Amino acid sequence: MKLSGAQIVCESLLREGIEHVFGYPGGANLPLYDALPQYPQLKHVLVRHEQAAAHAADAYARVTGKAGVCFATSGPGATNLVTGIANAWMDSVPMVAITGQVVKALIGRDGFQEADITGITIPITKHNWLVLRAEEIADTIAEAFHIANSGRPGPVLVDIPRDVFQEQVEFHYPENVDIKGYKPTTEGHPAQIKKAAQLIADSKRPLILAGHGVIISRAFQELKEVAEKANIPVITTLLGLSGFPGSHPLYLGMPGMHGMYWNNILIDEADLIIGVGMRFDDRVTGRLKDFAPNAKIIHIDIDPAEIGKNVKTAVPIIGDVKQVLRELVAEMKPGRHDEWISHTHDLRDDHPSITIPDTDRVLPQFVIKSIYEATAGEGYVITGVGQHQMWAAQYYWNDKPNSFITSGGLGTMGFEVPAAMGAQFAAPNDVVWSICGDAGFQMTLQELATIVEYELPIKFAIINNGYAGMVRQWQELFYKKNIVASRMFNPDFVKLAEAFGVLGMRVNDKAQVKGAIDVAMRHPGPVVIDFQVDEEENVYPMVPPGASLAETVDLPKLEERLKV
Amino acid sequence: MPGTMHTIVALVEDKPGVLNRISSKWRQRGFNIESLAVGHSEVPGLSRMTFVVDASTNDVEQVTKQLYKVIDVVKITDITHEAMITREMALIKVRATRDVRSQIIEIVDIFRANIVDANPESIIIEVTGDEEKVGAIYEMLSPYGIMEMVRTGRVAMVRGGAVTAPLDGPVEGHGHTPRPHIGPYQGD
Ligand SMILES: Cc1ncc(C[n+]2csc(CCOP(=O)(O)OP(=O)(O)O)c2C)c(N)n1
Ligand SMILES: [Mg+2]
Repeated sequence: MKLSGAQIVCESLLREGIEHVFGYPGGANLPLYDALPQYPQLKHVLVRHEQAAAHAADAYARVTGKAGVCFATSGPGATNLVTGIANAWMDSVPMVAITGQVVKALIGRDGFQEADITGITIPITKHNWLVLRAEEIADTIAEAFHIANSGRPGPVLVDIPRDVFQEQVEFHYPENVDIKGYKPTTEGHPAQIKKAAQLIADSKRPLILAGHGVIISRAFQELKEVAEKANIPVITTLLGLSGFPGSHPLYLGMPGMHGMYWNNILIDEADLIIGVGMRFDDRVTGRLKDFAPNAKIIHIDIDPAEIGKNVKTAVPIIGDVKQVLRELVAEMKPGRHDEWISHTHDLRDDHPSITIPDTDRVLPQFVIKSIYEATAGEGYVITGVGQHQMWAAQYYWNDKPNSFITSGGLGTMGFEVPAAMGAQFAAPNDVVWSICGDAGFQMTLQELATIVEYELPIKFAIINNGYAGMVRQWQELFYKKNIVASRMFNPDFVKLAEAFGVLGMRVNDKAQVKGAIDVAMRHPGPVVIDFQVDEEENVYPMVPPGASLAETVDLPKLEERLKV
Repeated sequence: MPGTMHTIVALVEDKPGVLNRISSKWRQRGFNIESLAVGHSEVPGLSRMTFVVDASTNDVEQVTKQLYKVIDVVKITDITHEAMITREMALIKVRATRDVRSQIIEIVDIFRANIVDANPESIIIEVTGDEEKVGAIYEMLSPYGIMEMVRTGRVAMVRGGAVTAPLDGPVEGHGHTPRPHIGPYQGD
């Protein structure tokens, strides 16, 4: 039986086990929308802006571990996806974007709503396709999912002209996919694994630096086994948060620009760094040439291009983190490192980093920590980008694996609202908190309409400091207090919430913080809380731009802070 | 790190956009491609590209790894330090009035080049060799007035039995289906 190109897209998505699609219709993809009602198993979520479709698909993928799907029409629809695709690219999130294109005959002729979206997205996708015949749709979609989900995951884009959606052809979905130029290595080299085990056995001051790869390959158990077998302290990067249990005695929190002071010092002192599924990003390393000056580095990653990109590696191991760690633990001898471990405790005890001063002011840290405590580390927390993101990263020490979702690599403000939506679709029975910036929230708040339409009970905590706070902090510290274009003239967030049919609350008194969180948790629907926090609070610890980790400025001690 | 000229050979799928995907990786990292030659390989559906770039070995290694991530790249090798044959071809149009014509022909003979077109005012010379040879004949011809030159860019092959950027595994030809027609717009 012949099917239309549009039907083939839907059939193919069902073959890939897709349940939800986030999208927006327009002229070029209307045939696809025309076919959708025939496939009620494929639930389409109508977002209010295509950027949100991409971010929702992104967070959906992070929660489920499988590629999220978004649809957009040609031209502006497709270009609106670009930020979301770039975000998924930077954070290695599998995503399949399916865009409509102008009819074949108009391509390259500046047709109405034509944009060369495959050209535009070359640098931010693993691969993309312009499909010019309906016979190729099924194979292309199968390849698209294979590429997006395997190896180092990432976004792909399939661009389909309107008339190709309308062609009628036979449908066969390929059983398996074989691409000549694409054979990711998943198994670590045994000789390298032996060398790594030896380095671990020889080291006195080892540290594990675990990143997003641990979460992507779901290597929670394996990482724990490696750490416990040789008693190695574990630090997780921003995207590695919730890759290792927050309450584990070996766990030390986040390193880097706004990481725990003790971690930056420990990295400076370590004689062995085991980088697991991470990429030695500049926010982690500080000034690169002074990063971990005393350490040899073992680098485990699935992407060969990450090896040696930023730091020199003694033992690179290319492979899937889960598999490599499993093989590594078998090779390792049990170890203790008691002195080193007790040194980590001493450093922690001596440095405040995340101590919240006792004051009546509504400190953003206090709000965020109160949410963390109220949820007992359960459910999911999504953040925007800026100060509130860093505080959330500092104060969430979750035990639940893969429960912290943030825009790490691209640092996309506005991620907080649509990503929370994607996470809630993927985990309908879990509580989802979105820690929002007052500025970031305004970049994508239109999605409150979607959230109400689909009855998603997301709890939005706006950490309202009246500023694009991270920008203000940099202006204060590095631009001689020249505060320019970071003051936010904000709307009445409570009224705004109510206009969408969302429960709105305002909190400007410390005594109300916990009560408001409690009300939100018990409310069956979505909630927006406008937490009017101390406006000029800065994020510490901080590695000043260009400085080394050893030069980290810790949070001022309690006494000094209370003087202010 | 000081740069050297690197010769990099890539075996790639012969698909629309492949050049764009590859040059995008070079561009993003700020490399200037000195020369680039592309053509069909011995395997149907696969092309071989020869790049010459001026860069440090470390940088080239980084970009090569990035290029491997381009799905259409099947194999890529930096053959700079291998024994290799390199050639390029140039067409040079030089002013050649009657009085100097015999001198020019002499130069052509010395370089074992060919005259492929002639008219009373000018001749076109075809020369094949490494870049130095092409450079040398260019220098020799300059005094007569070079009107135009076009060079193919370097192609390279490793000496001996080894294949340059070989296809690993069995070579199964995969032909190409013709692309559907794009434009002109006839209404739809
Ligand atoms: C789309 C986008 N534009 C600009 C920036 C630069 N930027 C980084 S943090 C920040 C401030 C964010 O303000 P807000 O959302 O209120 O969070 P806060 O830092 O105040 O907690 C800005 C403007 C960005 N990261 N993303
Ligand atoms: Mg703010």
